[in-house]
Amino acid sequence: MNSLITAAVLLALLGLAYQLGWSKSRRLETAGAKLHSRPSYHGYLTVVWALAPALVILLFWLLFSDRITQSYILSLLPPDVAALTGADLFSAIRRVRDIASGFGVAGETQPWENAAGQSLREFNALTFAIVTAAAAGAGALAMLWARSRIAPRFRARNEFEGVVRVLLIACSGVAILTTAGIIASLLAESIRFFSFISPIDFFFGTSWSPGFSTTGNEAHGEYGMIPLVWGTLMIAAIAMLVSLPIGLMTAVYLSQYAAPRLRDTVKPVIEILAGIPTIVYGFFALVTVGPFFSNVGALIGLDIRATSAFTAGVVMGIMIIPFISSLSDDILRQVPRAMRDGSLGLGATKSETIRQVILPAALPGIVGAFLLAVSRAIGETMIVVLAAGNSPYLRFNPFEPVSTVTVTIVKQLTGDTDFASPQSLVAFALGLTLFVMTLILNVVALQIVRRYREQYE
Amino acid sequence: MADHFAAVLNPPSDGSAERLARIRAGLKSRHAREWRFRAYGIAATAAAIAFVVILFAMIFAKGLPAFWQAKMDLDVFFDPAIVKVEPKPVQQEGQSAADYRKAVLDWERAVTLVNWNRVIEAAVRAKAPGFQIDTRQVLTVVETNERFVLRDMFVENPGLLGQTVPVRMLASANVDNWLKGTIDRSLPDAQQQLRDQARGLADQLYADGTIGMRFAWNIFVNVDSRSAPAAAGLAGAFVGSLYMMLVVILLSVPIGVMAAIYLEEFASKGRITDFIEVNINNLAAVPSIVFGVFGAAVFINWFHLPLSAPIVGGLVLTLMTLPTIIIATRASLRAVPPSLRAAALGLGASRTQMVFHHVLPVTFPGIMTATIIGVAHAIGETAPLLLIGMNAFVASVPATPFDQSAALPVQIYLWQGNENRNFFEARTSAAIIVLLALMLSLNAMAIYLRRRLERRM
Repeated sequence: MNSLITAAVLLALLGLAYQLGWSKSRRLETAGAKLHSRPSYHGYLTVVWALAPALVILLFWLLFSDRITQSYILSLLPPDVAALTGADLFSAIRRVRDIASGFGVAGETQPWENAAGQSLREFNALTFAIVTAAAAGAGALAMLWARSRIAPRFRARNEFEGVVRVLLIACSGVAILTTAGIIASLLAESIRFFSFISPIDFFFGTSWSPGFSTTGNEAHGEYGMIPLVWGTLMIAAIAMLVSLPIGLMTAVYLSQYAAPRLRDTVKPVIEILAGIPTIVYGFFALVTVGPFFSNVGALIGLDIRATSAFTAGVVMGIMIIPFISSLSDDILRQVPRAMRDGSLGLGATKSETIRQVILPAALPGIVGAFLLAVSRAIGETMIVVLAAGNSPYLRFNPFEPVSTVTVTIVKQLTGDTDFASPQSLVAFALGLTLFVMTLILNVVALQIVRRYREQYE
Repeated sequence: MADHFAAVLNPPSDGSAERLARIRAGLKSRHAREWRFRAYGIAATAAAIAFVVILFAMIFAKGLPAFWQAKMDLDVFFDPAIVKVEPKPVQQEGQSAADYRKAVLDWERAVTLVNWNRVIEAAVRAKAPGFQIDTRQVLTVVETNERFVLRDMFVENPGLLGQTVPVRMLASANVDNWLKGTIDRSLPDAQQQLRDQARGLADQLYADGTIGMRFAWNIFVNVDSRSAPAAAGLAGAFVGSLYMMLVVILLSVPIGVMAAIYLEEFASKGRITDFIEVNINNLAAVPSIVFGVFGAAVFINWFHLPLSAPIVGGLVLTLMTLPTIIIATRASLRAVPPSLRAAALGLGASRTQMVFHHVLPVTFPGIMTATIIGVAHAIGETAPLLLIGMNAFVASVPATPFDQSAALPVQIYLWQGNENRNFFEARTSAAIIVLLALMLSLNAMAIYLRRRLERRM
C-alpha cells in the first residue's frame, strides 16, 4: 500500500514536471520566441530535476528506515523486556510489529504491547507521511526552480544530453566495478584466510585435508593446493587432447573442403554443443561416459574408474570442441585469399596448402584460441564436480579420481554461511588463484588474437 | 614441397622430362596424403556430430519415459469412522485475524492427525479384494504424500465426509521402477526395493488397469519433494529460473546497451576506453564459478541479501551476462552504415539524437538476439548458484524474487545426487529435457529474429 502511494507520488511528479516544462516553453514558442531547445527537452530536463531530489530522499529512507524503526520500538519496550537478548527480544519486537500492522497476535496481549503497537502504528504513519511529503516537496521545489530557468536561450537539450551521458558513463563503469569488486572481495577474504594458514603452505603444500569446520576448533588441517592444481591441469590437458584435433580438423574441413550447403547445416549442429549447460555434460559423464570407459577398461584389462580425470577430461573436451572450431574457423578465414590461391596455383594440393601455408599463417591465432580454451577448461566446474571423483590426492594415473580447484571451491563453500573459518575462507583463496590463472591466460590469448587480426587487416 | 618449388624456380639443366617424371612419381603419395587429410577432416566432423547425437539420444532415451508415470485410479471413501474431526471453524464476530487463523490452524492440525493411511489402504484393498497383504506393504505401493493430498482435499471441502470420490493417486517410485523394469526383476528378494507381496499387488493392479502409465503432470505442477520422490516436480525450480531470467533481462539489457553505446559512440579512443574494453573482454572469459565466489562474498556476506533467493542469483548472472550483451551490442552498432550517422548529423541532429533516434532503432533486433542468447546461456548456469546457497532443498514455489527458491539447473544437480538412483536418473533426464526445451526455444526465437532482421536490412 505504502509503496503504491510512493509510486503514485513519483508518477504524479513526473507527469506534472514534464507538463510544466513543456507548456512553459511551448507558450514562449507560440509567443514568437525562437527557442534553443524543443519543448520536449525542456520537459525532460524538468523531470530530471524534479525526480532527482525525491529519489535521493527515498533512497536514504530505504537504507535507514529499518534501523530507525528498530530503535524506536526498543525505546517503547519496558526496561525488563528491552533487557532481553537474542530470540526473545526478536519475538517481542515481532509481536509489537504484528499488533501495529493490524494483523494481531495469537493469545493474550499485555497492556504495554497494545500501547506500544498503537504508538508504533502512529509512528509509522507519521514517518511515512513526513518522508513522502519531504520527497514530494523537495521534488516540487526543484521542479519550480527548473521551470524558472526556462528561457528562449536556455540550452535545455545540451543539459539533458549531459545527464544522459553521465548515465552512459556510469553504465560502462559497471564493468570496471565488477572487476574491481571481484579482485577486492577475493583479496580481502584471502587475506583473512592467510591469517590462519601461511601462503607458503597453501601455494606449495602437497597435501590437502582441510578437516571439518567447527567453531572454536583450533586444528585447521592441511591446505596444500598442489594436488588440486595438478588435477585441474591434468583434466585440462586431457580435454585439450580431445578437443584440439577434433575442433581444428572440423574447422579446417568445414571452411576449406565442405560444400556451402553441408557447412550451413553442420555448423549449427556442432554449435548446439556450445549451448548445452555444463550440468548436462556432467550428468552425461556420470551416467553414460564414465560407466562406458569403466566397461571398456575391464574388457582390455585396464582399471579405469567410472569417475576419473579421464572421464571428466574427455567430456570436457567434447564441450570445448565447438569453442575451438568456431574460433579457428574465424581465424582460418582471415588468412588472405591470395596466400591460398598462390599456393594452389603453384601446384600444391589442397592439404599441402592447408598444412604448409594456411595453418602456419594462422598459427598465432590458433595459439590464442587454444589458450582461451585452456582457460575455459580450467574454470569449468560442473563436469568435474560430477565426474572427476573428488579425491584430492597427488596422483599421476589419469584413470584414478582426482579433485580440482573448482570442485574444491564448491565443496568448501556450499551450505556454509559462516565465512569465519579457514575451511570456507580457503574457497576465496582458491577463487583468487583461479581468477589470476585465467586472467593471465585470457590477457595473453586476447593479445595474441588481436595482434594476429591486425596483421592481416 | 619445398623441393618442388626449387625445381620450378631453377629448372634443371638436363631437360624437363626428368622433372616431369619426378613430379609424376610423387603424385601418387601426395594424392594419398591429400585423401588421408580429407578423411581426418570428415572423421573429426563426424565425431563432433556423433557426440551431439549420442548426447541427445541418451538424454531422450532416459528422460522421455519419465514423463509417463505409474498412477492408480482409486475410489476413496472418506469414512466418518476414520476421519473424526470437528466441523471447520468460522470467523466469529470480534475475533481478531490472528485468533481466527490460530483456530483454523488448530483444526487443520487435527485434520492432519487423521489416519489418512487407513483411508488409502481401504481404497487400495477395494481394488484387489481378497489379496493377501500386510497393511505396511499396501502403503509401500502408494506414494507417501498422497495422504497430504487427501488432507488438502478435505481441508478444501469438508463436505466430502462420508462420500466416495474417484482419485488418481501416484504409485510410489518403487512401483514405478518395478513396472517400468528399471530394476532387475530377477534380483533376490533382499535386493528388491519392494517386498514380495507389494510386487504381486502392483503387478495385479497393473494387469487389471487400476495402475497405468499416465502423463506425469506432477513434474510440471509439483515442487521438489524428498519424502515422496514420485511426486517431485519442477514447479518451484521453473519459477525460480523465471525470476532470475527477469532480473537478468531487467538489469543487464539497459546497463549493457548503455555501456555499449557509450563505448562505441561517445568515448574518445584513449587509454581509459582501452582499459574498459580489455576489462569487458576479460570479464567475458572469467570462469562462472568466480562470479559465484564474488556473489557469496559481496551479496551474501557483505550486503546480507537472503540466501538462495532468485534476486541474488539474478544479480550474479547479470554480471556474467553483461559482457556478452555489451560485446554483441557494440558489434551491431558497428554494423550500422556510417552513411546513416552522417545523414543524421548533416541534418543538424546532435550526437545523442543521432544515436538514440537513428542508430539505436536499427540495432534493436541485434540487441534482442544477443539478449536472448545471453539469457539462455545464463539460465543453464549452475556453479555460481551453488555458491549463493541455491543448492538448499526448497519445497515451495517462490512468491517473490526475494523468497527462497530452487532453479532448474540446480534442481538437476540435486536430483542426480538422489539416493533412489534408478528412479531419479530418469527424473533428472526429464528435468534436463525441460531445461533444454526452454533454452532451445529461446535460441529458436533468437534465430527467427535474426532472420527477420536480415530480411529487412
